[in-house]
Amino acid sequence: MLTRKVKSRIIFLIFALLLASIVIFIILKSLEKNVVYFLSPSEIYNKANISFGKKIRVGGLVKVNSINKEGTSINFVITDLKNEIVVSYVGLVPNLFSEGKGVIAEGKLKDKKYFIADKILAKHDENYMPPEVKEALEKSNN
Amino acid sequence: MLKNFLPNKILSINTKFFNNLIILMIIIIFPGVIYSLFISPPDHVQGDSVRIMYVHVPSSFIALGAFGFIGMASILNLIFKIKFMPLIGKSLAPIGFIFTLISIFTGSLWGKPTWGVWWAWDARLTSMLILFFFYIVYILVWKFVSNYEKANKISSIIAIIGLFNLPIIKYSVDWWNTLHQPSSITLTSAPTIHHTMLLPLIVMLIGLGIYSLIIFLMKYKTELIKFKMRQKKINK
Repeated sequence: MLTRKVKSRIIFLIFALLLASIVIFIILKSLEKNVVYFLSPSEIYNKANISFGKKIRVGGLVKVNSINKEGTSINFVITDLKNEIVVSYVGLVPNLFSEGKGVIAEGKLKDKKYFIADKILAKHDENYMPPEVKEALEKSNN
Repeated sequence: MLKNFLPNKILSINTKFFNNLIILMIIIIFPGVIYSLFISPPDHVQGDSVRIMYVHVPSSFIALGAFGFIGMASILNLIFKIKFMPLIGKSLAPIGFIFTLISIFTGSLWGKPTWGVWWAWDARLTSMLILFFFYIVYILVWKFVSNYEKANKISSIIAIIGLFNLPIIKYSVDWWNTLHQPSSITLTSAPTIHHTMLLPLIVMLIGLGIYSLIIFLMKYKTELIKFKMRQKKINK
């Protein structure tokens, strides 16, 4: 049914697409460092050579009962439930910043356990529900 | 299904059919907007800014879907040289472009109160911006390459390259750490979005989908007429 011309075009396109996907895969793999928006505390902990002077982002959950506010300065702990990093920050935090919720801090590492942030972003998760449902869920959990 | 997009079928669509589609769209979108803006509950953390989602998510869906169709049409076009394939791609581009713009814009409006920033160079947002540029280049090629056959070929190749971007957009939130949250609605597991919020989202998706279909059909019809006129000129 297919003429030879069409067949050769199909084969050519399949090869071109395969080649393109390999190229794109390699490009993305080599750019992975830049594609990743933030590092988790564990990734920082396991990383061999870390440049302390450079600006990076650390992300995870705000540890429950770790927020410590004094005036405009705020200290808290970012955790990924395996490793933790203490973050110190001066300034305003987004409304959604709260304990047990996702957060991304932008700034510089002092050492592997201490981070000085100059920007705090709140990360929203994929769960959407009305407040009443949230309350009901919490009640049933307790 | 492809048969329904054959030139003769499209050209025989009359205004009554369009009017019916428009009425259907209004019947769906109007309650959809009321539901999403007033009746559906606020979110437990985001509050009322969750309502932006009812426009943002359908827009992103349509933006990706439209480009997917453009890419498919381009592949069929290059392989089988079907005359009306490029016209389908060309007609889908404007609506996809507009919804990409809406998606980025509403996302930005949501990002400021939620994340604390209008924009972030994370994988999801950046790949969406790349889709936006693909739409621009695709449309510009059709606009500024005057030779039809040449424009057809270049735009098809661009669309096929752009096709690779779609899975990157879709899975960026799973493959890498991103600021953007992962999908709430997946094929494999139950949605992590409460049904009182899922319902208006689906209604809006259907409504805006019909809107896109109307714009596409109108544009496609115009493109077909233009194409026929051009052929008549060549044959003379």
